[in-house]
Amino acid sequence: MSVVLNAGEIGRALRRISHEILEKNHGSSEVILLGIPTRGALLSERISREIHDIEKAPIRTGTLDITMYRDDLRMRAPRALVPTQIPAGGIDGANVVLVDDVFFSGRTIRAALDAINEIGRPRTVQLAVLIDRGHRELPIRADFVGKNIPTSKEESVRVHLSEIDATDEVLIEGRAE
Amino acid sequence: MRHLLSIHDLSKDEAQEILDTAVELARLSEGSVKKFPTLRGRTVVNLFFEDSTRTRISFEAAAKRLSADVINFSAKGSSLSKGESLKDTALTLQAMGADAVVIRHSASGAPHQLARQQWMKGAVINAGDGTHEHPTQALLDAFTIRRKLRNDQGDLAGLRIAIVGDVLHSRVARSNVLLLQKLGAQVVLIAPPTLLPVGVESWGVEVSYSLDSVIPNVDVIMMLRVQRERMDDLFFPTEREYSRNFGLNAERLGMMQEHAIVMHPGPMNRGLEISADSADSERSVIVDQVANGVSVRMAVLYLLLGGATMRDSISVGAEVSS
Repeated sequence: MSVVLNAGEIGRALRRISHEILEKNHGSSEVILLGIPTRGALLSERISREIHDIEKAPIRTGTLDITMYRDDLRMRAPRALVPTQIPAGGIDGANVVLVDDVFFSGRTIRAALDAINEIGRPRTVQLAVLIDRGHRELPIRADFVGKNIPTSKEESVRVHLSEIDATDEVLIEGRAE
Repeated sequence: MRHLLSIHDLSKDEAQEILDTAVELARLSEGSVKKFPTLRGRTVVNLFFEDSTRTRISFEAAAKRLSADVINFSAKGSSLSKGESLKDTALTLQAMGADAVVIRHSASGAPHQLARQQWMKGAVINAGDGTHEHPTQALLDAFTIRRKLRNDQGDLAGLRIAIVGDVLHSRVARSNVLLLQKLGAQVVLIAPPTLLPVGVESWGVEVSYSLDSVIPNVDVIMMLRVQRERMDDLFFPTEREYSRNFGLNAERLGMMQEHAIVMHPGPMNRGLEISADSADSERSVIVDQVANGVSVRMAVLYLLLGGATMRDSISVGAEVSS
């Protein structure tokens, strides 16, 4: 088990992503951050605080539970549902930035796109992830990446965030030495 | 959880998981999205051997909001009225590929029979069997109480809940006593002695024959329908006397605590167990019960069919847990 990002590096990556989101969208007024629970929602909270510090203006944030839209529901036991909170006024015409912790097969994001499709019609949908570990199974890419980490499929990437896991770190498990 | 046959089979954690799932589904349904693709391709059969409006429609709405296909079977106008056995009906449903069967039957234990005999692979959901149980009604009642008095959080510990009226014939009362106690509430049954079942002492509930003495210190009062269709005998002298002693009216409404709520599983006999002004009063959550019923049944269907099921494990392989 090895640490690939420590607390300081996670903080710096999120700060950079925040600047990149602002740069690409010409400010924060048209942006809505939608975090995918559990850890994506926490990351989206952190990014919204960074953006607030930079722009001195609030940014709209929400959470998007994609459980009901998953394509692998029938392969395992039913999962618990978690809250979806869409900012008042909806997402029509906004630049929605999806936030997730680990970007892997792309299936979570496909489900998220389906969920967004039901809620409204944003002008653009962008994707911010802390870790891109490769092995995409769908033609989906991220716009903002904290760190690219080449992995083998047998390894697993664990993101720990201090809000629920006591520390901030990203670990790789199962890597052959 | 493979079937929902009885509150008896549920642990407290499972019951709370259903309620918590229903909270999220209710929240989603309040938003702009009314339909989810979650159960696309699943078939839910409503098999009703007994009349019902709200339960059948509620299950139908719940299944449709999750994109399941719904087939309605009612005893009238089908071969059930020609004397087909439960077994043959079940085999037919299995052949048609039913993933879940919602069954209401006048015989207590019919859903258990259907689930236990392995005639079919689908999940069985009890929508009321004889005078035995009606688990989804109890779940939606608990959901409504928790929403009104506990803000959708935790269990029902510390609440005192009165169930009033025809307990003898009521599967709703039986399921509610089991569930409300499981969730930590204290239950009081109020009924004339003739309408209490034999062995009620062993239910672990308080029993009273006087509504007036109990009503000032309860948080919830749940009125039961007087089930005239199941009464082959005389259980009380006159309806007027029953209504005077055990009916809810404006005067009794005034004796209740400030926050206390009035519930009724429907259909109501207005003027018998509940007066029209009580049913329509500010305290009444009877209409909320109906709305919450859809969310709770969506939660049950999601938890039974949303993940891998027995039918899937045949095609997907043995490693799948159900």
